[in-house]
Amino acid sequence: MSALLEVNGLAKSFGGVQAVRDVSFSLGRSEMLAIIGPNGAGKSTCFNMVGGQIRPDRGTIVLDGQDIAGKAPRDIWRRGVGRTFQISATFMSMTVCENVQMALMSHHGRTRALLPLASRLYAEEAAAILDRIGLANRRSHMCGVLAYGDLKRVELAVAIAHRPKLLLMDEPTAGMSPSEREALMQLTADIVRQEEMAVLFTEHDMDVVFAHSARIVVMNRGAVVTVGTPAEVRENAEVKHIYLGGTLEAAH
Amino acid sequence: MDLSFFVNQALTGLASASSLFLVASGLTLIFGVSRIVNFAHGSMFMLGAYAAATVYGPIVSALGPAIGPWLAMLAAAVAVGLIGVVVEVLLLRRLYHAPHMLQILATFGIVLIVQDAVVLIWGYDQIVGPRIPGLRGAVTIFGQRFPQYELFMLFIGPVVFAGLWLLLHRTRWGTLVRAATRDREMADILGVDQAKLFTTVFFLGAALAGLAGGLQWPREPANIYLDTRVILEAFVVTVIGGLGSIGGALLASIIIGLLQAFGILLFPKSTLVLVFAVMAVVLMVRPWGLLGRPEPQSVSDLAETKTAPPAHRYAAHAFAVALAILLVLPLFAPDYVVKLATQAIIFALVAFSLNFIVATGGILSFGHAAFFGLGAYAAAIAVKSYGASTGLALLAAPVLAGLVALGVGWFIVRRAGIYLAMLTLAFAQILWSVAFQWVEFTGGDNGIVGVYMPGWASQTGAYYYLTLAFCGIAVALIWRIMFAPFGYTLRAGRDSALRCDAIGIDVRRHQVLAFALAGAAAGVAGGFFTFLKGGVDPSLLSMDISADALIMSLLGGVQTVVGPLVGGAAFTFLKAYIMPVTDQWRLVLGIVIIVLVLAFPRGIVGFINARSGWFGGAKDEAPVASTGEKLA
Repeated sequence: MSALLEVNGLAKSFGGVQAVRDVSFSLGRSEMLAIIGPNGAGKSTCFNMVGGQIRPDRGTIVLDGQDIAGKAPRDIWRRGVGRTFQISATFMSMTVCENVQMALMSHHGRTRALLPLASRLYAEEAAAILDRIGLANRRSHMCGVLAYGDLKRVELAVAIAHRPKLLLMDEPTAGMSPSEREALMQLTADIVRQEEMAVLFTEHDMDVVFAHSARIVVMNRGAVVTVGTPAEVRENAEVKHIYLGGTLEAAH
Repeated sequence: MDLSFFVNQALTGLASASSLFLVASGLTLIFGVSRIVNFAHGSMFMLGAYAAATVYGPIVSALGPAIGPWLAMLAAAVAVGLIGVVVEVLLLRRLYHAPHMLQILATFGIVLIVQDAVVLIWGYDQIVGPRIPGLRGAVTIFGQRFPQYELFMLFIGPVVFAGLWLLLHRTRWGTLVRAATRDREMADILGVDQAKLFTTVFFLGAALAGLAGGLQWPREPANIYLDTRVILEAFVVTVIGGLGSIGGALLASIIIGLLQAFGILLFPKSTLVLVFAVMAVVLMVRPWGLLGRPEPQSVSDLAETKTAPPAHRYAAHAFAVALAILLVLPLFAPDYVVKLATQAIIFALVAFSLNFIVATGGILSFGHAAFFGLGAYAAAIAVKSYGASTGLALLAAPVLAGLVALGVGWFIVRRAGIYLAMLTLAFAQILWSVAFQWVEFTGGDNGIVGVYMPGWASQTGAYYYLTLAFCGIAVALIWRIMFAPFGYTLRAGRDSALRCDAIGIDVRRHQVLAFALAGAAAGVAGGFFTFLKGGVDPSLLSMDISADALIMSLLGGVQTVVGPLVGGAAFTFLKAYIMPVTDQWRLVLGIVIIVLVLAFPRGIVGFINARSGWFGGAKDEAPVASTGEKLA
């Protein structure tokens, strides 16, 4: 079976700064792949190029055989990619359920309908998604009053509403308590298994990364250092050097 | 066109550019640090001219003709600067974190107050300026005589620019101003005393406008129309140059000054159209003006807006009672009141359609009069020039207004926030000047008269019901649309364009359609207004109507669905009953606006709602604890 996503020779510079250079990796179906690296490694830039928020200078991003590099986020979403943001982006003046209904209305091409009552459209479908995400009892709360961790869940519900093939999660657990983190990642892993959805995520918390990713892409200074299973990455000398500094180099 | 004439015309243009730069630099400076678009800046210019007219005589007779005139101009500038300080401290300081709409309306309130204050103090008659001793003559340039005072004006702009540059780049104060212009939050974090900084910036900005007004006085008599003309020109200059950029203001002043000097030769009737067209082209190519910096995409203005259907049974009762009163009104009310009620219905639709794009769509329009006026003119012209039936005329109104709104909308939604508001204003002003100047087609200043309904529909009561029916249908449709997927999508775009994009929604496309829809609805209102008044005139396209529509929304409650309807009706009746008893309607309105903005930003319905929750949605909810712990 061919890979779901193949990133090849991706590059992007901002002004004179080469944020990402020649990054390549691939992602299989139903795989959870993490991109890690220190601050400024180019994780977010890479990530946003896959999502379409940043247009790459060079390289291809092939999703299911089609190059999506440089396409608008809307088009990328339509090809089956959902995403969450580092700072969660939800519709604050709407209820949790309406947020999910919005994604469903868009999916069904109904956003320009002028007469039906929006609150009744796809309400059951949205409720079912919220049930799975564990937000059933928050359904009719305004997003504006929710706690941070719940907002992250709302985003996840919105992102998976159109049953994407690929889910992009930018720092999904940032700012959460350890128990919330574990719960959210366990939930994501369950969904990945049931829906045969692949997940590409960036994450700072190493416990989360090593517990939940099948493979890890390690980046530093805009380039890929290594790609491997958690065990391989754990043993990689260069990775240790990047994360732990120069002292280990002397030991080698 | 020979060379000498060309040079002369160019010099005249540059002299005007100087004056324009003085005003625009103050405006852009104020915007830079406070992010407030100050409509009252033109009023400061006008006050400068009148202040100079007041102090000129006494100062010159006391100090003699050599230094007297210049000290008089400076005194006028300082006086206006101090007025700017008063405005900042008492009003604008309280609004730095308020939505753009409230800020704009508050400064517009100042405009109204100053207009009436000037009439009260100096009267309606213009005051002709003196010829400044020492600069009375003319010099000969390429065989053409050029007034010395114009030559002096020509140098003032560059001198002030140099002074400002030194002030901004060579003083600590200037560094703080530049820091605050670049990043207000960061300057705040770094401990810049914002209150003091803003006050001084307002002083300088207002003083520059006052100085410009004072210096203009010998060129142009002090009169009560200076403020509107100047503020529009200054807006155009700052938008072309880039909001917040002094260098941009200089560059754009020169462009506009020359454009006006030569444009008047090419298109004597339509310099204003030419100026706005240039602005539109510049913004197409450089969205943030020639030397402006991109504004960070701000969280939408009215992001806290919650629109929900009437939730409480009291709301349904109130609605039923209101409808019943509307239906039986002509049976007992005198003709005058029925006519007024017809007008109230029309303006309720104008305000309602405007609030649809402002509150639901997040598109702050300061030019809704354009579509109201287009509808009105379309109906009048259809009847008078093309002999159309009244039915066809009333149909032409929304069709034309809607189609034009579609085109304008396509252009303006590419911009956000305050740039968008200024583009809508610019467009309305273009239409206004077209209506004013294209006499053969629009009747110019006099407009078109004698457009009445035939037969039974000409009766006051019948026309009332007709208006109620059609405007009612328009309101009902928009109301329904607000709660349809389309309305939800608009709210979604307003709340988070980023999220919309990531779930496949093209926000702009929806905004354009909403703009067209609101334009068509305003067109319906315009069409009915024509037959109510029996004609049209350019004032229907004026900034005052656009502002009135926003004030109606504010009065009723921007964040509620019924608010604009209540506000539109209340405003119409208030105006009708207050105007006859006072000559100072503008003063009253200005004060009302400021009180609303400062004390009742939620408006009538919002105020009732916050206490009762009758109209649903807006009663504040308490934050909710996370579900995470339980699930973990």
